[in-house]
Amino acid sequence: MPAKPIDPKKRPMPKQEPFERIKNFDEVALGYTVELAHEEASRCLACKKPRCVEGCPVGIDIPAFIQCMLEADFSGGIKKIKERNALPAVCGRVCPQEEQCEKVCVLGNKHEPIAVGRLERFLADWEAASGAIEKPDIASPNGGRVAIVGSGPAGITVASDLALLGYDVTIFEALHEAGGVLTYGIPEFRLPKAIVRREVEYVKSLGVKLHLDFIVGKTKTVDAFQKEYDAIFIGAGAGLPWFMEIPGENLNGVFSANEYLTRCNLMKGFLFPAYNTPLKRASHVAVFGGGNVAMDAARTALRLGADEVHIVYRRSRSELPARLEEVENAEEEGVIFDYLTLPTKLIGNERGWLTEIECLRMELGEPDESGRRRPVPVKGSEFRMQVDAAVCAIGNSPNPLIPMTTPGLLVGKKGNVVADEETGQTSRERIWAGGDVVTGAATVISAMGAARKAARSINETLSK
Amino acid sequence: MYRIVERRMIVPNLHEFTVEAPQVTMAVRPGNFVILRSDETGERVPLSVADWDPEAGTVTSIFLQVGGSTAKLARLKAGDSIPTYAGPLGKEAEISNFGTVLCIGGCYGIGSVFPVARALHEAGNTVYTLLEARSQYLLYWQEKFRPISSRVIELTRDGSAGYKGHISRLPEILTLEKIKPDRIIVNGCTFLMMRTSGVTKELGVKTIVNMNPIMIDGTGMCGVCRLTVAGKTKFACVDGPDFDGHEVDWEEFLKRRETYNVEEVQPLRRSGCASHY
Repeated sequence: MPAKPIDPKKRPMPKQEPFERIKNFDEVALGYTVELAHEEASRCLACKKPRCVEGCPVGIDIPAFIQCMLEADFSGGIKKIKERNALPAVCGRVCPQEEQCEKVCVLGNKHEPIAVGRLERFLADWEAASGAIEKPDIASPNGGRVAIVGSGPAGITVASDLALLGYDVTIFEALHEAGGVLTYGIPEFRLPKAIVRREVEYVKSLGVKLHLDFIVGKTKTVDAFQKEYDAIFIGAGAGLPWFMEIPGENLNGVFSANEYLTRCNLMKGFLFPAYNTPLKRASHVAVFGGGNVAMDAARTALRLGADEVHIVYRRSRSELPARLEEVENAEEEGVIFDYLTLPTKLIGNERGWLTEIECLRMELGEPDESGRRRPVPVKGSEFRMQVDAAVCAIGNSPNPLIPMTTPGLLVGKKGNVVADEETGQTSRERIWAGGDVVTGAATVISAMGAARKAARSINETLSK
Repeated sequence: MYRIVERRMIVPNLHEFTVEAPQVTMAVRPGNFVILRSDETGERVPLSVADWDPEAGTVTSIFLQVGGSTAKLARLKAGDSIPTYAGPLGKEAEISNFGTVLCIGGCYGIGSVFPVARALHEAGNTVYTLLEARSQYLLYWQEKFRPISSRVIELTRDGSAGYKGHISRLPEILTLEKIKPDRIIVNGCTFLMMRTSGVTKELGVKTIVNMNPIMIDGTGMCGVCRLTVAGKTKFACVDGPDFDGHEVDWEEFLKRRETYNVEEVQPLRRSGCASHY
């Protein structure tokens, strides 16, 4: 019998039309229908040695959940995912699958790889819509007590892994809502907050306790925690924004991406004045940087009603660190990309408000240590751009509060907590760390991968 | 939720606000602040800590009613609850035996300089307190300062209590009172801190100010509270809020504080009535 021909293309993701979506904060990607999900799942080759599983930082049994989908056993499918991943609805949306599972998919040799992320999201959303959230088996209490600093992707993963093993787990969160960067950083139109809340509720349903408004290092130090807990995991994230260190950065109208996005996402500034946190509605906005955060800030500015939004990036399109999908979304929505452009100076009026930025044109030279071609300024190419807001999205360092208040905790040059790559163990006994606080700003899934390893190491240490 | 123990207008527009937050009282130190929200749609508002009671588990702040968010706070009553009360935040004030210290408080800063004065007194300093206001009826807490101060001096713009005039008279007042401070600490409105730093620079006395910029998270994450100190950008929430007043770029700081002046009062103009925009 001849083999069924393989469809070379992924099923496209239904999306809100660009002209419509730039007027609202609703999710852009609408998710697969049952039919689309089934068609996409049927593209899977069900490899004997599935490379996708190795490509997944948390090792989800991808062919197994896709097989369940083919049999229309959605509850079996989501169960398979949840064996390895407590946040499927989040990961299905924001993981860079093209760098991980989908990158190594065998289908990808000749065709487009299978859309693992979209299928994962489909199952997670199907489960939420069904209303019957299944919980895996929880081991009986083993007496071990674990404190977790931060309720972002890393903290939530460690918490759920250890709760399932029978530990008494408490998460401490500095802000008034859980989720870390999923809540304050990633916009509603890319990751609806209702989904983050749902995932946090799921982790709480496993018996994990959550303390909000608790700033570890200030409200209580890590050392004080050591008297009460058998293990401490630090997942405090990369919460210290970098600025360009060019003149004029403290003018009014200049924001860190963290501020801009926090005002909008956590504080719901887009609903001002119903929500009391204001967010300036600028007409011409420049966003510095080329990562996912820059895309998020630029697309947020559009939705807040800006006439013109520019991404100002010193390299070219092929070097953008953002996911291609997000770049394409931004392009479709009308964000203007100024490649090979370096802001050198911010200029304000007499009242201290930003009015212009001065930039230099760049050209690409020899590759630098990151392997990307180094941008070199073109002499005499200065020009000015009229803007009334600028958002600096060039990266973050780990939050300094914990290193500052935890003596003996080894910290690297960039303020990152030093932790073993395989175990997450820090320089201090019974203290583990993982996620952005160790690596600097990275991805949700890599934080979850590091957290999973730390959970394993915590369990091994405490079971001795 | 955090229960409000007391909220009363202590002098016109200034409110004494005491909240049950035992986790804060365990760690709070002079110079710290807290961040709170009045309700689920409220802003995160930073308030300097003015006193605390570890036994009762309560923390007290003084706040000035200025815009929409503080108007909401001013409507709260004892027994009400607020959803967020996080702290302590910021570095604590530097407390050691400096010799003679002058603590200056104005507006809400009369409250927030109190724990600093008390700690300095306990550390063996000779503490003088100077309370500044537009008029006598805006002064408060003199009775709390007297037991810890060698003298409590008042300065009012209309002369209704103590010296008449503005803080620019400080050098003259120090001479008349025969006070030679080794250090001056000022808490209060930006103008009071800026003007004090101006006159004490000429006197050559180290002056510590407790900065009060716009904040959101209060943990170093957003950077809205940045200011320039000695030519370098600092975050008031994690590097401060105390800084050397002679090193602060006051002009920039004042402008940054004005960023949301319009939005701050906008909610006050909305009565919910259709004819009232």
